[in-house]
Amino acid sequence: MVSFSSVGKRYPGGLTALQEVTFTVEPGELVFVTGRSGAGKSTLLKLIPAIERPTSGTVIVGGQNVGALKRSALPYLRRNIGLVFQDQKLLYDRSVYDNVALPLAFSGHAPKEAARRARAALDKVGLLGRERANPIQLSGGEQQRLAIARAVVNRPSVLIADEPTANLDAESALRIADIFIAFHQVGVTVLIATHDRALVERFGRRVLNVEAGRVMEAPRAAQAGR
Amino acid sequence: MSAWLRQHRQALASALARFRKMTSLLSALVIGVALSLPAGGYALLAGLRDMATRIAPEPQVSIFLSREAPPAQRDAAGAALRADRRVADVRFVPREQALKELAEVQGMGEVIEALGSNPLPDAYLVQLKEPVLEAFMAEARKLPGVAHVQADTQWAARLAALAAIGRLAVWMLAAVLGAGLVAVTFNTIGLQVLTQREEIEVLQLIGATDAYIHRPFYYLGMLQGLAGGLVALIIVWAGLALLNAEVSGLAASYGSGFRFAFLSAGDAAAIAGFAALIGWLGAYLSVRRRLAEGEPTTAARH
Repeated sequence: MVSFSSVGKRYPGGLTALQEVTFTVEPGELVFVTGRSGAGKSTLLKLIPAIERPTSGTVIVGGQNVGALKRSALPYLRRNIGLVFQDQKLLYDRSVYDNVALPLAFSGHAPKEAARRARAALDKVGLLGRERANPIQLSGGEQQRLAIARAVVNRPSVLIADEPTANLDAESALRIADIFIAFHQVGVTVLIATHDRALVERFGRRVLNVEAGRVMEAPRAAQAGR
Repeated sequence: MSAWLRQHRQALASALARFRKMTSLLSALVIGVALSLPAGGYALLAGLRDMATRIAPEPQVSIFLSREAPPAQRDAAGAALRADRRVADVRFVPREQALKELAEVQGMGEVIEALGSNPLPDAYLVQLKEPVLEAFMAEARKLPGVAHVQADTQWAARLAALAAIGRLAVWMLAAVLGAGLVAVTFNTIGLQVLTQREEIEVLQLIGATDAYIHRPFYYLGMLQGLAGGLVALIIVWAGLALLNAEVSGLAASYGSGFRFAFLSAGDAAAIAGFAALIGWLGAYLSVRRRLAEGEPTTAARH
């Protein structure tokens, strides 16, 4: 599903964020990407939807070399990849419903189908009934769940989350993690970047550890309670 | 409704919502005030052209007969004129009728009474089909019984030349102001793009195409231009109404009902369309400059 082959990323100015990164994530797999702040986790995730382009090597997503895609092809790639950010990137001048329905506005869904999908996505993250609220009225955990609902409303095959639990209390973080597990269980490929070792160990999944721009396969943590 | 139409409707609705903001309304006002200058100039020139056409619609030559010319010579001259292929129309004006028409002109009645007898000759008024004035006049002078040939078209030619210069000035003004208005829209839309930078970034990240992201800005530019065009038409209409209040009094003193007419429906639509085009062009250039090569700006962390 996602394959990195000798991928390097050097930013203008000379900062090397990634070097010789090679790994493959199979369809339906859930992978945690760990590492300290500044290790290169975010850069690694941004290469998948081509927010950043590799300076060397190839990134293959769903059979497509995303580094070689033309700008005009990127929207269609990104519609198949759900993105969740630490800062959520919600639109605070729109309602909860409008935020979730946003990706459906340009993907050609009829209004009824769009409404059905948006409500279903909100239901999955436990926000059904809050459609008319403004995101600013939601707690941090609820805002993150709203971001997840928006990421999955187009039913992507890959879900990427960059530090989705970083600013949340333990209970909210666990709930967010449970939601990702639920999507993984229905076949969605999930990559979660986090520096929360406790969360990683709790779920005992595959771990890619990023350190100084290099990626190492870490041994699976023992599953605690899951 | 197709997805494409639905997206255009959404873009228009989004543009309308943004248009209600003060900056867009002020931009429309600026466009309107600036466009009212060439539009008003165009309307005034059209009015002057109309007036000139009413007074001297075609090249016209007055052929005055000798007072001593016998009826046979008068008729022969008339027949020769009617047979001429360059002539569109010939009207005989007997001296009595000429005197009557002159007396109807304000202030001339008393002068004519003072003369005691009719000093005017019989005349032919000739409308020419084509501008062959000099050659025709030279031949007309040789006709039997003709005493004097006069073409009072020099002033009309001067007026036409002035109107042509005026038209050129109006078009130049429209071009210069049009370029300025493109810059106004460019800046307004540019500010809108900056204001909505975060929303644009989110849209790019979740898979919106450039066309989807750019479209509301194009509509906003067009709406601003169109509103500016309508403002210009209102200003021109109000200006002509004020002007006509004075002009109609002046024209009445010359026995004329002349008034400056408002622009025709076609001209008004053309001005509104031109304004909308200016707005679209400004928006297009602005969006191309600020967004076309832009990528999501999430590269703060790595």
